[in-house]
Amino acid sequence: MNGPWARTVAQFPYLIDTLLLGVEMTVIVTLGGFALAVILGLGGAVLRTARLALLRAAGTLYVDVFRAVPVLTQLFIIYFGLAQLGVKLAPVPAAIVGFGINGGAYLTEVFRAGIEAIHRGQNEAALAIGMTRMQSLRIIVLPQAMRVILPPLGNFGIGLLKDTSVASSVAAPELTFRAHMLVDQTYLSTQIYLMVAALYLAMSLPLAHLVRRLERRSARGRPA
Amino acid sequence: MSDGAAPPLVQIVDLHKRFGSLEVLKGITLDIATGEKVSIIGPSGSGKTTLLRCINWLERPSSGHILIDGQPIGERLAGGRRIEMRDRELARMRARIGMVFQRFNLFPHLTALDNVAVGPIKVLGRPAAEARREAMALLDKVGLGHKRDVYPEMLSGGQQQRIAIARALAMRPVLMLFDEATSALDPELVGEVLTVMRQLAAEGMTMIIVSHEMQFAEDVSDRTIFMDHGEIVEQGPPHTIFREPSHPRTRAFLRAVIERQVFQAASA
Repeated sequence: MNGPWARTVAQFPYLIDTLLLGVEMTVIVTLGGFALAVILGLGGAVLRTARLALLRAAGTLYVDVFRAVPVLTQLFIIYFGLAQLGVKLAPVPAAIVGFGINGGAYLTEVFRAGIEAIHRGQNEAALAIGMTRMQSLRIIVLPQAMRVILPPLGNFGIGLLKDTSVASSVAAPELTFRAHMLVDQTYLSTQIYLMVAALYLAMSLPLAHLVRRLERRSARGRPA
Repeated sequence: MSDGAAPPLVQIVDLHKRFGSLEVLKGITLDIATGEKVSIIGPSGSGKTTLLRCINWLERPSSGHILIDGQPIGERLAGGRRIEMRDRELARMRARIGMVFQRFNLFPHLTALDNVAVGPIKVLGRPAAEARREAMALLDKVGLGHKRDVYPEMLSGGQQQRIAIARALAMRPVLMLFDEATSALDPELVGEVLTVMRQLAAEGMTMIIVSHEMQFAEDVSDRTIFMDHGEIVEQGPPHTIFREPSHPRTRAFLRAVIERQVFQAASA
């Protein structure tokens, strides 16, 4: 009567409501971190493929530094380190910034590889009809590079969704953080973590499906 | 101008281009008048493609300068120093210079129609419907109106090159550069592209044509330039260059070309 499964059933509404609050925060941190990583990754790729050696070096430095340090360490530095310097970020913004900067370094290389996979003649043809370098990148090169970029970008997104569990370490109230709290309250560790696993799965699978659909769509109009 | 003639559309002054220690252009000086059709011939590695690519600044010259319609392209002189042109400014100048590439370089993710319309829409900011209507007229002009919704991969090389010409024309250029426009084509597809180029020449377009099609170059151009080792060796009316070249290097080159053509004809 008082076994853990019976208690789980009895407390299910409370458990699931609490966990869903965490799901919401996980989605926010994932989307925010992803958006920031894409922006920084694009900027990094522009630097890495720039004509000026100084800009290229800046891009390389960014990638080397932030890819070499574990994201948890970066989160600690942003959350605790910056606080000492007087820059106080709340846990969730701190997590978004941390995942964004860390992911941006990874995506820089993904975008760069995609851009460089497109034949130089495409950029030249775009410049020849009067596009600026940024227009050529946006209108001609990146749409074609998406075929190369999408699979690793999708993997990154799914990986990020799971990695946001690390944000519990800086007290961002996402899914894993909520789960820890509930386990401390109820000692229903197996049951709660099974629920957590199901919730991560419920978020990841549609994402994986979406990535596959986008990949199919971007396969249209292959190069001659 | 002292002689009262119209100023040249293209002025090239003492143009040098080095790739590392290799000097590909060794001081080219050349004027091209509005409406003139100039063919550039010469052995591969003579610098003719590099010269063409310098004119729209796809290649940055090492020294010397180029004026289009009296306006320097790529960089400007301020107090004796060369200052690089801003990207947007350079793009505006390039928009008036059409270029046709050996490898077509059509945009594979866009339909034939959008390949032609994308420049007017994105660069000139023309309304999409209007730009597409004009792009359609250009596709008709090169005989490919029925391919409007087809992606480049489904088109033959000759068809791709005709669309590439339409794409360049859509920007209403004052000058067209042809970089070995038929060299990548199967022999039976060369004719359809040359027909379009002939038509363009007849309409009075200013054209600079780098080509291995000697007969075409002789027929269509007002002036032929023979280049070798990064220099202009000889230039003049095409019939003079092709029939009575004065320089031994020109003669040697033309003899080699004719021998190759005879050999190809014999082995075909």
